[in-house]
Amino acid sequence: MLYAILCYHDEDLVGSWSKEHDAEVMKKLAVVQEKLAKQGRLGPVARLLPTTAATTLRKEDPPLVLDGPFAETKEQLLGFYIVDCKNLDEALDVAKDLGAANPGGTYEIRPVGVLNPGSVTT
Amino acid sequence: MTDTAWIDAALSSARPQAVGALLRYFRNLDAAEEAYQNACLRALKTWPQNGPPRDAASWLIMVGRNAGIDEVRRTRKQEALPEDEAISDLDDTEEEIAERLDGSHYRDDILRLLFICCHPDLPATQQIAMALRIVSGLTVKQIARAFIVSEAAMEQRITRAKARVAEAKVPFETPGAVERSERLISVAAMIYLIFNEGYSASGDTAEIRAPLCEEAIRLSRLLLRLFQSEPEIMGLTALLLLQHARADARFDKEGAVILLDDQDRSLWKKELIAEGLALIDKAMRHRRSGPYQIQAAISALHARAARPEETDWPQIDLLYGALEIMQPSPVVTLNRAVAVSKVRGPQAALDMIEPLASRLSNYFHYFGVRGAFLMQLGRNDEARTTFDRAIALANTSAEAAHIRMHLDRLMRDSQTPAKSAKK
Repeated sequence: MLYAILCYHDEDLVGSWSKEHDAEVMKKLAVVQEKLAKQGRLGPVARLLPTTAATTLRKEDPPLVLDGPFAETKEQLLGFYIVDCKNLDEALDVAKDLGAANPGGTYEIRPVGVLNPGSVTT
Repeated sequence: MTDTAWIDAALSSARPQAVGALLRYFRNLDAAEEAYQNACLRALKTWPQNGPPRDAASWLIMVGRNAGIDEVRRTRKQEALPEDEAISDLDDTEEEIAERLDGSHYRDDILRLLFICCHPDLPATQQIAMALRIVSGLTVKQIARAFIVSEAAMEQRITRAKARVAEAKVPFETPGAVERSERLISVAAMIYLIFNEGYSASGDTAEIRAPLCEEAIRLSRLLLRLFQSEPEIMGLTALLLLQHARADARFDKEGAVILLDDQDRSLWKKELIAEGLALIDKAMRHRRSGPYQIQAAISALHARAARPEETDWPQIDLLYGALEIMQPSPVVTLNRAVAVSKVRGPQAALDMIEPLASRLSNYFHYFGVRGAFLMQLGRNDEARTTFDRAIALANTSAEAAHIRMHLDRLMRDSQTPAKSAKK
C-alpha cells in the first residue's frame, strides 16, 4: 500500500528559521529519507515554494484564476500532480485541461522548490 | 530543535502581527513595544514547560495587552489620568476572543506598523533602522553591525526616528482604499531600501550585510501574503529574490566585484530564481505593469540565461525603454546603454550616454560604463582618463579594485601589445 504523507506547518515560522537551522532540519530528514530509499520504499518527495508563489484555479466554467494558495476549508485534498512546465501559463493550461475533464473543485498551482523523484516501484 | 531555537523563531515570526495589533490598542509605539517585550518575557517563562501555543501571535497580543493595561492602571494611580484616547479601547476584554478570530485587522495592523517606519519625514537611513528594529525585531547591536556604525550612534538614530514618528501622528483608523494603496507604495519602497542597503555592500562587508537582504525578502513575502493580488508587490518580491540569488557569485575571494557576464552561474541559487520567476509569471497575468515588475523582468532574463551569450539583450533593451518612460532617470538610461552596447555596439551606446554627462558628473557608474565603451572602441587614452575619474568617485574599495583591473589591462595593452591578446 502506498501512503502519501502531506506536510503542514506555519509558513511564517518555517520562514523565520535561520539558514543553519533549516539546513540542520533538512539533514535530519535526509537520514530518514535515505533509509526508506535504500529499502525501495520512498516515492517522490517535494519541498514546495512559499504560498505567495501559488495560483489557484477554480474549476468553474469558465475557469477562474486567483492569486494565492487554496484557502477553503470546505474542500479536502484528494490528489496531486507534478508536471514539468515552461512557465505559469503552461501550468495553468494543463490545469484547465484537467479541470475540463473533471469539473468542480479547485486546483492550487504551486512551483516546486526541490524534488527528489524517489525510487519506489509498484 | 533546542529549547530557545523554536521560541526565537516563533517570536520573530509573530512579531509584526503582535506589535502591529498592540500598536492599534495603545496608539503609542513605545507602549506597544514594551507590552510586546513583557509578553515575550512571559513566553520565555511558560512556553518551555507548556509547549508553544496554537497561535503564537494571538497569545502574545493578549498577554501583551493585559500587561499593557496593568501598566496603564499602575501609572494611573500615580499620575494624572492619561488622555482618554490612549485607553479608549482597553476595557473590552470580552471582545478579545472574537477579535482573535477576525483576521481583518491583521493586514492593516502590519501595514500600519511598516508604514510608520517609512514616514516621509524620516531620512532613508532612519526608515531602514526603524523597520529593522520595530518590525523585524533585530537588536540595536545587530543593526549597528549591519550598518557598520557604533551601537551608540544607531541607538541615537532610532531614538530620533521614533520621536519624529510620534510627532507625525499616523492615523489609527482603518485606512480607505486610496490611502491603503499609498501606504503600500511607501512600504514597498522602504523594503527595497533595506534590500539595497545589503545588496550595495562591498565584497568585504557583503557577508555582514547579507541579513539585510534576507530580512527585506522576508518582509516582502509578508507584504505579498497580505496583498496577494498586487502585481507590483509580486514584482518587488521577484526582484529581490532574483538579485539575491546571485549573492554567492558577485564577489571574488579578494572581495572585488565580479560582473554579471563573468559570474559562475552554477553558484546562483536555483530555488530563489524559481520563486522569482514564478512570481513574475503571476504578475504579468495582471497586465498592470510597474517599475518593480519591469526591473524583475530584466533580472529574470539574466536568470534564465544559462550562459552570458544566451542573454536576451534586445528584450532587456526594450524593458529598459519601458522603464525610462515610467521612471525617467539618467541612471535608467545608463543601464539601458549597456544593453544597447550588446545589441547595436559600443558607439551607439556611447552616443546614448553622452547627453547624461552633466547630470551624472559625480556618478561612479557613469564613468565605469563610459570607460568600458571607450575601451571597446579602442579609444584607450580617453578610456584611461575616464577610468581615473571613476576610481576617484568609487564608493567602495571593491568598485575601485574593479576599475583598476581595467586600467591594468589598458596598461598591459599599451606596453606589450603582442602578449595582450592572450589576456
